[in-house]
Amino acid sequence: MAFLWSLAALIPLDNYGHYIHWGVIDISVANFIVVVLMVLAFLAALFLPFPGRNRRKESR
Amino acid sequence: MKTKPFRPDVDAPEYKGAYAPYDIIKEGTIAIVVVGLLVVLLATLFGSPDERAITIKAWSNADPIDFATTALGELNGTTITAQYGAPYNTAAPGQNLGPLRLAQFAGVTIPVNTVRDFVINPLSSLPYDRSLSAALTAWKGASASQQGTWVSNYTKGATKMTWSNGIISDPASNTGPVPTMINKLTAMARSGALDQALVTGNGFYTTNYTKPLLFVADGTYLANLAQKQHLLGSQWGMMNETGSYPGQAWLWLYTFWYQVSPFSSSSNADLQVSAVMGLLSLLLLLLPFIPGLRSIPRKLKVYRLIWREYYNG
Amino acid sequence: MSTAEIEKQWTTRLRKRAHGHLPPEKLLPDTQPAYVSSWIYVFGVTTIAALVMVILSGIILALRGPQWWHSSSVGHFVNSTHLWSVEIFFFAMIVHLWGKFFMAAWRGGRSLTWVTGVVTFLTSVGTAFTGYVSQTNFDSQWISTQAKDGINATGVGSIFNVLNLGQMLMWHIVLLPLAAVILTAVHVLLVRVKGVVPPFEETNGASK
Repeated sequence: MAFLWSLAALIPLDNYGHYIHWGVIDISVANFIVVVLMVLAFLAALFLPFPGRNRRKESR
Repeated sequence: MKTKPFRPDVDAPEYKGAYAPYDIIKEGTIAIVVVGLLVVLLATLFGSPDERAITIKAWSNADPIDFATTALGELNGTTITAQYGAPYNTAAPGQNLGPLRLAQFAGVTIPVNTVRDFVINPLSSLPYDRSLSAALTAWKGASASQQGTWVSNYTKGATKMTWSNGIISDPASNTGPVPTMINKLTAMARSGALDQALVTGNGFYTTNYTKPLLFVADGTYLANLAQKQHLLGSQWGMMNETGSYPGQAWLWLYTFWYQVSPFSSSSNADLQVSAVMGLLSLLLLLLPFIPGLRSIPRKLKVYRLIWREYYNG
Repeated sequence: MSTAEIEKQWTTRLRKRAHGHLPPEKLLPDTQPAYVSSWIYVFGVTTIAALVMVILSGIILALRGPQWWHSSSVGHFVNSTHLWSVEIFFFAMIVHLWGKFFMAAWRGGRSLTWVTGVVTFLTSVGTAFTGYVSQTNFDSQWISTQAKDGINATGVGSIFNVLNLGQMLMWHIVLLPLAAVILTAVHVLLVRVKGVVPPFEETNGASK
């Protein structure tokens, strides 16, 4: 049974969350991180160079 | 033959340029492996929330006065459920959008009578008890106006309600069988029997928790716990999760409208916000057909970043 | 049977139409136009990969029933993978949507691809919601008793009872996933039929 206990989360997030208040906006830190990561992922996708695919100039 | 003019936001130019090798199966496999590993990593690191469900037993033991007050409200017809309207009953016309009363049009399809379903029927299911049996007989034999008088007298004393030695006491007089009923229902709730009596309303099996959930939501116990978890509607709770987990962040716009005027103070907010979100969803859906909106990406020129290799030759 | 007769059969006609619109080299292409060269293109396939994970973890949860994960640490772990694959699914889908918006990917007869994408998104929001109310814990108690007001106000609550666990679980593990998977399949097939949208044509630095 011991191995089953190892399935418990290493950093469980069960404690009460923290919230960011800014005017009418009231968002949990967890959700805020997710949104920031989404924006970063989008910007990274736009700006980071895409590895070249050995482009062969063949028309068809 | 007339050729249609080229519309840059609707038509696409024909591509006559180069093609590059593309392994769609390999791409899909890599994506599944990477996402799979990321999922296992996040699950191992953070786990997932699972706050135990509350019970009417837990509620009535933690706060017998709140339970008894709620039970009295069910008898008196003053709780949220008792005054809800469709789909539960006809106590209120429900929300409207101008002449549209959608809930009322849809009708009472999940009938809930709080007096019968939350008080009388559960009490009637208890094993024989002389004082309870007498109280129920008195209640059922009384006229509606007599029942109303008893309940309203008891309600007048409810602010001075006390709880000691397992008894709910209310100083009001001429309350007929109401004190017995409230006390027996509270005892029933504290034993856990009311949880069962409400869900087994349809017989042996059930998968329907409408009645116990409505009853619990009529008290303040559930909402107080939710407030501590930052889940109230006024706390943008729709997108929040128990603990410090991310929630349904994609509902941000839906919950946003509830925070701002005129919705924040509207008694028809639910219907109005649904209408606004329905309209906005329709705009997103039909974006390719809406002149002006569909030109935004061409004018913003973000596409030049995406296709910079193409434009730089 | 004459050849003419065979040609008129529904089956024959369907096969020919399918083959005309989606020959194998379009369904499983081995080349892409050279302009398909940006990280923004990975978010579509990431969404599909996350959907695969959502369904796999959901299947394991379904094998043991709706309450297994409360009492088993294995079950709880599988639930965690279900939650995080859903978070990644929405994450990737929304970035994919942003990308497709800025490419105006509906151009060139691709409007139905956009429409099926948006319908898939809305269906996914509904699928996730029915999952949240099927958790059989405090979260599902609170979410269902809150959400009922919004849904009842529209009249939909008269047939879609969010307080009915059995009904919500059926929607969550049968009806809505079926719809989401079919919509995703149609969406992907449309992308294969129409190909990836070409860049805007620019003359003298301004798009035409």
